[in-house]
Amino acid sequence: MKFRTRRTMLYIPGNNPGMLQLADIFGADAVLFDLEDSVAPNEKDAARDLIANMIRFREYENIEITVRINPIDTPYFDRDVKEIIASGNLDAIRLPKANSAKDVKALEKLINKYEEEFKIEPGSIKIHPMIETAIGVIQSYEIASSSDRIDAITIGGQDLTANMGVSKTKEGKEILWARSQVVMSAKAANVDVIDTIFADINDEEGLIEETRLIKSLGFTGKAVINPRQIKPIHAVFAPSKDEVEWAFEVIDAYEKALKEGRGVIAVRGKMIDPPVRKRAQRIAGMAYLMEQE
Amino acid sequence: MKISKKSSAGSLESSDLMVYLEPMDTIKVEAVSSVSTSQHQKEIEALVKKELKKAGITGAYVKVQDNGALNLTIKARLKTAISRGIE
Repeated sequence: MKFRTRRTMLYIPGNNPGMLQLADIFGADAVLFDLEDSVAPNEKDAARDLIANMIRFREYENIEITVRINPIDTPYFDRDVKEIIASGNLDAIRLPKANSAKDVKALEKLINKYEEEFKIEPGSIKIHPMIETAIGVIQSYEIASSSDRIDAITIGGQDLTANMGVSKTKEGKEILWARSQVVMSAKAANVDVIDTIFADINDEEGLIEETRLIKSLGFTGKAVINPRQIKPIHAVFAPSKDEVEWAFEVIDAYEKALKEGRGVIAVRGKMIDPPVRKRAQRIAGMAYLMEQE
Repeated sequence: MKISKKSSAGSLESSDLMVYLEPMDTIKVEAVSSVSTSQHQKEIEALVKKELKKAGITGAYVKVQDNGALNLTIKARLKTAISRGIE
């Protein structure tokens, strides 16, 4: 699996060329071009054509390009998948309202078809299922482990609370169990897990507090709706100096053991197994990104 | 293929454009831009004609109102307007 660091994934409304063309300058690790909630029903075709051309011709640099398509039970689903894959240069598709492994399989089948039709490297386009219903939360492990194309799952707080019949609050107590469940499912399936948006773009303190919470729960990143939210989130996810030193010690020790044909490695007196090595790689990746910033 | 009904796509926001299409027997393109020179307007007209030809459109009156759009945006908006105009 290609290693990626996704501390922030920036939503960009799919029918806004001014924002789409600047997508890679804000410093987010990934962008999420949106065909779903931010696009009116009578503009779905225009947004699709625009996003496809942006991906095809804009030559974005050093950023993961993902598109949130419309849900599987809408008339836009098939066309969304076809047009954005035809554009080439797409990294991942975010599937909203993924309620079961069957939903993921339906998307996987379409991606297989269009990757072949448009001569895209087989298996290169990833799937990011979005868990935003009660049934989706309950089935999140089955969803997360339903396809080799999945390298992250994500939780959608607004739709989830609507589905639960409760209000989404700033404190987020109502989705704490769901967040924990989705994190556990992602860890069990060995994929990244991305948190929902923080809606109040003027409340930086609240954003930082929520990011600290979701980091402690095990989330690996967070969706954002405004470029101003990127830096505070990156600061919370930034590893300490000691963590960075430890991460490079682990990576060095692993490479040395590999050369010497040894299977067992210890760093600072503790055994290093694959999940710990993966954590070290993630921290090293974040340290690299911090240097670039 | 000819445009069979009036259609439009885009917006007048910055970095966007409006494309208006009307049925016509031949091709006629007119571009106006709030942010660029007459030379650039001619370039937009040439781009639109090239894209119409690529799409196989032989009859259309096209009016473009540009507000600083990239060529890739012009192409996307034109594609949308064409598909709306031949439905």
